[in-house]
Amino acid sequence: MRHTIQVTVNGQTHRVEVEPRLLLVELIRDVLGLTGTHVGCDTSQCGACTVHVNGEAVKSCTMFAVQADGCEITTVEGLATDEQLHPLQEGFWQEHGLQCGFCTPGIIMAAADLLKRNPDPSEEEIRRALEGNFCRCTGYHNIVRAIRYAAARMRGEAVVPRGEAAPTGAS
Amino acid sequence: MIPQTFEYKKAQTIDEALALLREHGDEAKVLAGGHSLIPLMKLRLSTPELLIDIGGIQELSEIREQDGRIELGALVTHRTIEFSELLKQKCPVLPEAAAQIGDPQVRNKGTIGGSLAHADPAADYPAVVLALDAEIEATGPDGRRTIPVRDFFQGLFTTALRPGELLTRVRVPVMPPRSGAAYLKFPNPASRYAVVGVAAFVKLAPDDTCAEVRIGITGAAAAAFRATEAEKRLVGKTIDDRTLTAALEDMVDPDDLLSDLAATAEYRAHLCHVLTRRALRQAFERAHG
Repeated sequence: MRHTIQVTVNGQTHRVEVEPRLLLVELIRDVLGLTGTHVGCDTSQCGACTVHVNGEAVKSCTMFAVQADGCEITTVEGLATDEQLHPLQEGFWQEHGLQCGFCTPGIIMAAADLLKRNPDPSEEEIRRALEGNFCRCTGYHNIVRAIRYAAARMRGEAVVPRGEAAPTGAS
Repeated sequence: MIPQTFEYKKAQTIDEALALLREHGDEAKVLAGGHSLIPLMKLRLSTPELLIDIGGIQELSEIREQDGRIELGALVTHRTIEFSELLKQKCPVLPEAAAQIGDPQVRNKGTIGGSLAHADPAADYPAVVLALDAEIEATGPDGRRTIPVRDFFQGLFTTALRPGELLTRVRVPVMPPRSGAAYLKFPNPASRYAVVGVAAFVKLAPDDTCAEVRIGITGAAAAAFRATEAEKRLVGKTIDDRTLTAALEDMVDPDDLLSDLAATAEYRAHLCHVLTRRALRQAFERAHG
């Protein structure tokens, strides 16, 4: 039997009819056409499919769409506002936090969950918070830098991307 | 990976969930956080005809302190436990263990009730609730009953829950004065499940010897268990190298332990020994404050 569910994704409400076995990630990608959320391992390990459900990072390959009935969902497409990149997106850009980019949306969503709880995480706290996300290209160093960059931006601090000279007068 | 087709019903109350269980029996599975069940369904190792989603039952998401115990609803997530100020103050070993489960995303969805009812031999909580001598509350057609946790884990994925019963709550004691507990695990490098995990609880007597000792072990055997022989040998003693060596000798028999790709039974026995030693030392130090 199919179920009619209502989900709000990136602020837009959708009423959709789903089969119970449809995964949340399949709803997001195949039904709603938001392909920024990726499927990597499909076994709750790699974190590429991470989205926020009611504000918490979850692996959308390990949740049925019917379970999300009535929930608020944010995907990577929902982070930027008015052409303005989210500080995390900016951080990944400035700090070269990606190579192939496949894992990036999931890592950004996991990091966004961390920064809500801990606005000034240490390097070790960032690495621990990324335990559920795999990157097979970068070795994580620039990802950690990107998240520290975003954290500083979100705390309202001036940040200077690596490799760029500090602007005159910056503290 | 696509699970086999199933029907889905959302229970709003415990009674609704029990009625659905009564009606559908063996064909149904209870869905809480889904982080054990959904992966099994995707592999088609589990093919229920009906999922009873209890995720929306509000009263099962609460943590409260009552009569010297802390009661956790079955739906309390690992994340809530990890960050609970009440638990950090009154029973800190539980948040310490919760923080070692899976990864942040898994902890956001996985629940204590789901983990205990699933009884994965390598799950983390079983060791901890055994060391804490916790109680499990099951609710069934005849009402509620309390199961001492030492009777709860019966075998591989097998518990003392009866057909038609729902695990509704877990009760752990508030740590008494001059007591301490610790949970340590040797994680599987890929899955982060415990190859072996050991929780130790120590309560000191006025003369600083051990008045009570409990050791819960997960990952090593088909079901989590208490190392009762070693516990007995430590009562009345202080924890030092010599006492530990004597008390923990042959604490487990490799013939009773699991052997797999991650570790042989002999290696698991070795890990039991090493981790119990470390966990007891930490618990003992914490008991001294």
